[in-house]
Amino acid sequence: MHLHKKLIEKFLPFIGFIVLFGAIGSLNHDFLAPMNILNLLRQVSINALIAFGMTFVILTGGIDLSVGAILALSSALMAGIMLHGCDPIVAIIIASLIGALFGAMNGVLVTKGRIAPFIATLATMTIYRGLTMVYTDGNPITGLSDSFWFQVFGRGYLFGLPIPAITVIITFVIAAIILNKTPFGRHIYAIGGNEKASIISGVKVNKIKIMVYAINGLLAALAGSIVVSRLNSAQPTAGTSYELDAIAAVVLGGTSLTGGHGKILGTLIGALIIGTLNNGLNILGVSSFYQLIVKGVVILIAVFIDRRKATS
Amino acid sequence: MKIQLNNIHKKFASNVVLSGVNFELLDGEIHALMGENGAGKSTLMNILTGMFPADDGNITIDGTAMRFDNLQQAEAYGITFIRQELNVWQNLTVLENLFLGKEIRNRIGLLDKAYMKKLATAKFAEIGIELELDKQVSNCSIGEQQMIEIVKSLMTNAKVLIMDEPTSALTEREANVLFRVMQRLKQNGVAMVYISHRMEEIFAHCDRISVMRDGVSVSTSPIAATSFNQVVREMVGRELSERFPARDVHIGDEILQVEGLTGDKFKNISFSLNRGEIIGFAGLMGAGRSEIMRAIFGLDPIISGAVKINSQQLRINSPEDAIKNGLGFITENRRDEGVILGFSIRDNIAINNTHNYVRSGLIDSQAENKFILKLTDKLLIKMASVNLDVGSLSGGNQQKVVIAKWLGNKPQILIMDEPTRGIDVNAKREIYQLMNELTQNGVAIIMVSSELPEVIGMSDRVVVIHEGTVAGILTRENLTQEKIISLATGEVNAFT
Repeated sequence: MHLHKKLIEKFLPFIGFIVLFGAIGSLNHDFLAPMNILNLLRQVSINALIAFGMTFVILTGGIDLSVGAILALSSALMAGIMLHGCDPIVAIIIASLIGALFGAMNGVLVTKGRIAPFIATLATMTIYRGLTMVYTDGNPITGLSDSFWFQVFGRGYLFGLPIPAITVIITFVIAAIILNKTPFGRHIYAIGGNEKASIISGVKVNKIKIMVYAINGLLAALAGSIVVSRLNSAQPTAGTSYELDAIAAVVLGGTSLTGGHGKILGTLIGALIIGTLNNGLNILGVSSFYQLIVKGVVILIAVFIDRRKATS
Repeated sequence: MKIQLNNIHKKFASNVVLSGVNFELLDGEIHALMGENGAGKSTLMNILTGMFPADDGNITIDGTAMRFDNLQQAEAYGITFIRQELNVWQNLTVLENLFLGKEIRNRIGLLDKAYMKKLATAKFAEIGIELELDKQVSNCSIGEQQMIEIVKSLMTNAKVLIMDEPTSALTEREANVLFRVMQRLKQNGVAMVYISHRMEEIFAHCDRISVMRDGVSVSTSPIAATSFNQVVREMVGRELSERFPARDVHIGDEILQVEGLTGDKFKNISFSLNRGEIIGFAGLMGAGRSEIMRAIFGLDPIISGAVKINSQQLRINSPEDAIKNGLGFITENRRDEGVILGFSIRDNIAINNTHNYVRSGLIDSQAENKFILKLTDKLLIKMASVNLDVGSLSGGNQQKVVIAKWLGNKPQILIMDEPTRGIDVNAKREIYQLMNELTQNGVAIIMVSSELPEVIGMSDRVVVIHEGTVAGILTRENLTQEKIISLATGEVNAFT
């Protein structure tokens, strides 16, 4: 009986996802159409990538509000260098590295600057967004490239799956290996579990935190390049409030906001839940105003269940 | 008020903690409750105070059945539980703590500070202590904070005080204040349950003693009718021939030299340490012993002075540097700085050991399990599996997990700050035994301890710290309790 309960608790996000998926599917069969499922996977991919990075940050007990702004800034810079003739694939790599750099900046402020993650990334969120506006002069950058590889990155299919979804799967596998199978991953959990004990045990807490924020920036930028490829342009307002969807996915996946506990698989499911809600409610014809309310309520329910789990 | 707990049973998941315990508390008695960690003492008291219900059995007060559903109900009935982890608010003043949640207001609804002060002062006078009411609690000593908790319970007219290891963090002097207060309370008719591992205290201050072992009651008897050895025998279920196991002392070459070390809370600290040696650090709480250790280990900055290992001067700026140079540090705050609660035993030990079983960048889970089981076996950690939450272990076994974590690194110099605080006699002995084994393998140990018998029983030499300076270094031949106390309190200077 006890084991049963534990098992159910462990798979709660997954069960929630299946129930939601089934419910929407039975209400409207169009939802289950293969075309729509592929569409859903592509929609989810942006949030999933950002949420993976956010999981790393939240596992250390931190938070990063600047990912949406990093996405916008790195996409703008990517589009900028592409206009100057840079090869698109090279541009994607450079953009990702720039994203990592912006993320690392957050990490430096949090560790060396000893600023609370919420405040530090609130500030950089505004700064990065402002820099984007300055760089783009508030206008989209368009007419980027006809290159096949560039277009495929956001729009193509492989083995019947959208390329962004494949990017998510590859990133997921790498993230899972890092978190579960490397000393770096173990140390991420340890820092979130007890930072003082980690310091005394010789864990390089500052270095690891900076790396974690850098990974988060890198994945935000990678998500940004998918957006740029899909739209064949960079929008200065891209990524606005994406950080909130990412945090929601992490929380829905059962990761503790105080750090130390959580799984990357949970985050993937959390992102799928949010994607299913967005897509499904659209198909059901629910107005986007009500969609916001439903999303908020789902998050509250998830946190409520999680809280009961923690106290029982 | 006569409290009786009859045939109490309690299970957590599949883990039987109490199986038929009886306990009786009479008016105005000081009743010692003894037992090894994990014997079920705290669980029993938690059931009495309504923290969680018993699975079976009943509680009667003056003959009528009684059940508290939460701590507040028990408190309203005059029963207060003062835990090992004190429940005070560091950011508030003494007065604010005393009246937290029970503030007294004047006619227009504002706090009536003058009246509250009057009440508090009267209570202080009643039990014979002095404490500044406007002092922020973060500036109070542990002993003072404990007094705040006691007085707070008295403000609501507590008739029963349960104290869990009240002296484990106190200096001798502070402990004596506590005992005086306890005697005063006893005269006023307050009954006390006193949970402690310190035999000397119990035999000096308690009226009756109940012993528990593995979740059952073993005995209850007046103090005069039992003895130190009998209680130990009842607790562990066998004779404990001696508290401190004998050891072959083989002092080797000098490994560590500390010269004129000065930091924020200490100055001009010099001492040396040899391979195979245990050096004790004695002193009052707040004398700066832990701060010296933190500085040596690279946690706190050093203002001046030098640390040399194998005659080589080192710059240790972080724990990583210290670990690289063969140091290990078991801190005094097991829960804050030692274990990661909520993490498994394996993950706790793995934290600074992964380099021992990483193959091409990835953790080899099989090698990891083998590595960790070797350590848990060596330390005799009692557990069903390494996947269990470390928080589910007793204090003694948690401490062993912390030690295991460090042994994986094979340190040359191990700093142990209060290595046996709050753990039972049996686990203590196992840790002493382990310290002996380590020294026989050439490891040098620095042991900071507030328990004088431990300092005397284990150390080859003792450094006594008084107000941040070395008051004296005593060798085994002239090591006595009196000498340590007089040096620690600054009454004599060893060099004159």
